[in-house]
Amino acid sequence: MASSTKSSSKTSSKSAKSSKNGKSGTAGQDDSGVGAKTDHLELFRQMYLIRQFEIACGENYSKGLIRGFLHLYIGQEATGVGAITSLRDDDYIVSAYRDHGHALARGLDVNRSMAELFGRATGTSKGKGGSMHLFDAAKGFMGGHAIVGGQLPLAAGLALAQQYEKTDALTICFFGDGSTNQGIYHETMNLAAVWKLPVLFFLENNMYGMGSSIERVRAGGIDFYPGMATYGIPAAEVDGMDVLAVKEATELAVERIRNGEGPQFIEAKTFRFVGHSLADGQKYRGQEEVKEWEERDPIVTFPAQLIERGLATADQVDEIKAAVDEEVAKAVEFAEQSPEPELSEIHNDVLA
Amino acid sequence: MTEIVLREALKRGLEEALENDPSVFMMGEDIGEYGGAYAVTDGFLKKFGPDRIKDTPISEQAFLGAGIGAAAAGLRPIVEFMSISFTLVAFDQIVNMAANLRYMSGGQISVPMVIRAPTGAGVQLGATHSQSFETWLAEVPGMKVVCPSNPYDALGLMRSAIKDKNPVLVAEPALLYGAKGEVPDEYYEVEIGKADVTREGSDITLVSYGYGMRPTNDAADVLAERGVSAEVIDLRSLSPVDLEAVVNSVKKTNRAVVVDNARRKGGVMAELAADLQQQASEWLDGPVMRVGSVDVPWPYNRGLEREVLVDKDNVLDAVAEGYGL
Ligand SMILES: Cc1ncc(C[n+]2csc(CCOP(=O)(O)OP(=O)(O)O)c2C)c(N)n1
Ligand SMILES: [Mg+2]
Repeated sequence: MASSTKSSSKTSSKSAKSSKNGKSGTAGQDDSGVGAKTDHLELFRQMYLIRQFEIACGENYSKGLIRGFLHLYIGQEATGVGAITSLRDDDYIVSAYRDHGHALARGLDVNRSMAELFGRATGTSKGKGGSMHLFDAAKGFMGGHAIVGGQLPLAAGLALAQQYEKTDALTICFFGDGSTNQGIYHETMNLAAVWKLPVLFFLENNMYGMGSSIERVRAGGIDFYPGMATYGIPAAEVDGMDVLAVKEATELAVERIRNGEGPQFIEAKTFRFVGHSLADGQKYRGQEEVKEWEERDPIVTFPAQLIERGLATADQVDEIKAAVDEEVAKAVEFAEQSPEPELSEIHNDVLA
Repeated sequence: MTEIVLREALKRGLEEALENDPSVFMMGEDIGEYGGAYAVTDGFLKKFGPDRIKDTPISEQAFLGAGIGAAAAGLRPIVEFMSISFTLVAFDQIVNMAANLRYMSGGQISVPMVIRAPTGAGVQLGATHSQSFETWLAEVPGMKVVCPSNPYDALGLMRSAIKDKNPVLVAEPALLYGAKGEVPDEYYEVEIGKADVTREGSDITLVSYGYGMRPTNDAADVLAERGVSAEVIDLRSLSPVDLEAVVNSVKKTNRAVVVDNARRKGGVMAELAADLQQQASEWLDGPVMRVGSVDVPWPYNRGLEREVLVDKDNVLDAVAEGYGL
């Protein structure tokens, strides 16, 4: 059952809230809790890597080196990193088309990921997938899916295989608020619940599906987690701008799934600071709203918090930034210098 | 050799796969407790249990999609649709996910899944339950499509489909579930992509598949009475199509009529006719004649449905019109 029916709004979610799906609601506050077990600087490094990677993508899109649709994860880093660092290597991850952040948090090769966006032969899909279709099966990263909602049953099926083989591994599935209006969303929730599949449905509610605010396209307000009671799927809301809160909520849900309690649902309230894609002029929303969310930018607030609490020094943070900046610059260089795929490549990988 | 009906042949293929390979399992609406809408899986639940014979909610997108996920994880799901007409609600998953996954992952992920679906008109089910979308899916790269016309091919193709590393649609002609035929007791397979010359002849090549083989064979019988020797080819696989087998036959007969049990427009035979025209024109004494069911929604009334469905007279008319035979 949805463990909380407390309503939330963009303004109320500004006050850092932690998971409400259990008794332990002190993440980010108490060093003896999740915080103490976590390598905070590693979390920061991953979030910063994603941010810098995305900025570099934007720049190279402007230069025409990256084409197609490009959806950046800027602003949502804390959700992907908090969630994915709470998984095991044998878990599967399924994402939508805003997938760079999830891919990098899973440890996909930065060079090869960038090369894929450049469409090069060294890319994760040899240049045949593009930004929306990143894959690394060896790392359990099962894509990168660009039909809104289409990835949901894939995740259920991966979880079905994990259940069938009697492992305690699980599948996490990321999806946006927009996909909840697809019929397949309801079909999958029901199927997963009926079969008690080991799947963690992770909704990244960034308040918009392209240019449509949730209020304009969804009956029932901006909170999705209470509705999960319909399927009997335990659901929690978490502050997606707080990486430790996301981590704590995810760890709890993961534990329940591994205990055989069936599917779990987490709704992270988050925000993309940039347009839907690089083609978006953001006519549908005011910049004040964006600014309000930007004040809670995890790339800024998280390291500040760590320094304030004596968990890191400014020097450590700067060192990480310098190393990541170099890593991303090298990735761009790698991508740019990588060869285009051979034209004969069109015929490969159609059939096994 | 044992004589069995096509339903039994399919059942045998499924059953032995379930017995021999623990990664094989089945999903579909009412395949378990109910025994399957066309009784192909009757008795399976009792024999293999609910983990391997999974009754699903009426959620074609979700369970077909879950089949893809399970296949991507290395299992070998066999997913049943109650009717090929219902694949429409899952077309996104079949095309965008199952068929595209391997390509867009640069070959990292395969989907070894079998999709089974009864296909075709003829039992007065009306417009929504009588269609033949194997012809649409035959166009999609990244998957294979087969359609047997007899028990031998049904078993042989099912075995190959289950072993295949790709998504394979097995379109099962609903009118033929009770069709009888001889099946060897020894193990054999029918290779996907290989047509079968079911009757040798020298005057004209008739090509069809699935239920279309009935009017085609009937027409060949009539032609034989008239002293015209027809070579009959059963495509068996719609994707890939064995174009070579058809071209080789046309080189011998110099005449070709292709027969689609599905609607005539845009079907597998439209494609085949165009390819033949291009690749065998120098051997052809006339135009490749294309026959199919009438391009209207399927009517309910028996007489009207018969009128729409391709029959032997349609085939004979085409033979006469194209080649004066
Ligand atoms: C079936 C389908 N319809 C429409 C689109 C076009 N489209 C791409 S992203 C998008 C918005 C989705 O929003 P949401 O699920 O909230 O994800 P977000 O972009 O916010 O991460 C739309 C309409 C699509 N890719 N697939
Ligand atoms: Mg959204």
